[in-house]
Amino acid sequence: MTALLAPSDNLRRRKRWASAFRTLCAALTWFCLVLLAVLLVHATREGLPWLDVQFLREFPSRFPERAGIKSALWGTLWLIGLTAVISIPVGVAGAIYLEEYAKRSRLNAIIDVSIANLAGVPSIVYGILGLAIFVRFLALGRSVLAGALTMSLLILPIIIISAREALRAVPNSIRGASYALGATQWLTIRHHVLPAALPGILTGTILALSRAIGETAPLIMIGALTYVAFTPTGPMDAFTALPIQIFNWVSRPQQEFHELAAAGIVVLLTILLLMNATAVIMRQRAQRNRS
Amino acid sequence: MSAESWPAPRAPGTLDRKHSRRWREEAIKGVLFVCAVLSVIVTAAIIAVLAGEAVAFFRHVPVWDFLFGTRWTPLLEPRSFGILPLVGGTFMIVVGAALIGVPIGLASAVYMSEYASTRARSIVKPILEILAGIPTVVYGYFALTFVTPLFRVVLPQTNIFNAASAAVVVGIMILPMVASLCDDALRAVPESLRDGAYALGATPFEVSTRVVIPGALSGIVASFVLALSRAVGETMAVTIAAGATPKLTVNPLESIQTMTAYIVQVSLGDTPAGTVEYQTLFAVGALLFAITLTANLAAIRILRRFREVYE
Repeated sequence: MTALLAPSDNLRRRKRWASAFRTLCAALTWFCLVLLAVLLVHATREGLPWLDVQFLREFPSRFPERAGIKSALWGTLWLIGLTAVISIPVGVAGAIYLEEYAKRSRLNAIIDVSIANLAGVPSIVYGILGLAIFVRFLALGRSVLAGALTMSLLILPIIIISAREALRAVPNSIRGASYALGATQWLTIRHHVLPAALPGILTGTILALSRAIGETAPLIMIGALTYVAFTPTGPMDAFTALPIQIFNWVSRPQQEFHELAAAGIVVLLTILLLMNATAVIMRQRAQRNRS
Repeated sequence: MSAESWPAPRAPGTLDRKHSRRWREEAIKGVLFVCAVLSVIVTAAIIAVLAGEAVAFFRHVPVWDFLFGTRWTPLLEPRSFGILPLVGGTFMIVVGAALIGVPIGLASAVYMSEYASTRARSIVKPILEILAGIPTVVYGYFALTFVTPLFRVVLPQTNIFNAASAAVVVGIMILPMVASLCDDALRAVPESLRDGAYALGATPFEVSTRVVIPGALSGIVASFVLALSRAVGETMAVTIAAGATPKLTVNPLESIQTMTAYIVQVSLGDTPAGTVEYQTLFAVGALLFAITLTANLAAIRILRRFREVYE
């Protein structure tokens, strides 16, 4: 009888598999943490000696010890500012239409599919589009504006998708209450739905903009990779950007320039981490308010 | 503004006001609609731009030679426009990235949805988000200055620019995407299915591999397809780390060139518009777009067609 009560070999084997699988999954997951740590430590260790106030205040130079990221920082600032101004209103408006107005129709189904697809189009294809339409056809040249328009097209699907999610999370009772008081659909959206969805929309927008800050390929396509020793003063000026400057330094063979690239990466990642942290805090605060 | 949200008492002229309000509502709706339709216009513009220049390119180069030629030397005499070396390079990166990103991504997703405590989840999820948010140029730097030297310690014959290290970082890059999409898919499988399997005496391993993963298969496969499509279009890491030598090879330690890296190479040089070199940009871009479009549409279809609907 004891033989029946003791765990059989089969069961023992299955349990061994179960715990091995669990350990494997956990190990691979925590391996991601190790990867992230290695990446950050490596870049910081290489770049930190070069990172000082001078690095932020100097223009790029042939001499590593005199090179800095002033023009790249200002270029990124201009680029992201313009991109935000262009993409946020358009993206949120598109999301409002799709979430609040659109009925089931063939055209709306096409819009849905094309947004889902655009979110997966490689960024370099947006660069080709920007080169052909903004730089050449509209003759904006290699300006900040052309870069910002290209970036806006790139992050538009991300903004629309996240804004739609935020709008969907607004309870219908709020809309119903507003209609019951005689408000029109637009007034309901303007005064009740949008304010309620705002934290979610902002979170998605910040994440989309942080994607734009790091994008390099489309900017290379539209020709931002030039030696730029001035800061842009208007939307039609030529510009360089932080990731472009990093790429420029990485593609040089000398070790010093690789270390400069690392210093640039530390600056870039710091900006991105700050933006991500803002987004996370806003999301948590919004969730707390809702419950 | 607030006066408008209260229906005013009826008075002479109310009808006009009502009329103008209706008109305003329609105008706003129209503006919003235009913004939504913009995405269709962008898609159409991408196709028009790529197709337009690609057609001009194919007037010089037969489609057959382009798609099946094995030599890619568009910038050197004698010129040859066979894209297979670029496709082969891209393929190598995608396979390498899949070998890294798919298993680790899926394992992390299983861990997050099946095993992790709320606390562990609250650490892992942001880490994956940060990994996903790191710019590709940073991954390129990492490949060139960290992964490649590591390879060269073990395999000294490794070229400074090689497909393997680029593939590794592209794999790391697509990992968070696989993990987060698979996590969503796994969590959509209802708890009752797991409880049922446990009640029959299954171990957690059996529940995961025979109940939860099959139940979430459409989402998992779709995430693989999307991640591979992302790897095909990945540009900066392969430009920086994989080199600029278009050749058909199966040795991942050699320098290669992908389609995306070629596009960057051309746009870095001064190629005047209208020349065949300039048009290759669009021909290669068109092929790239066609591949990713097919993959993306396939993923959307897989999700719709094979989704298990749980109520």
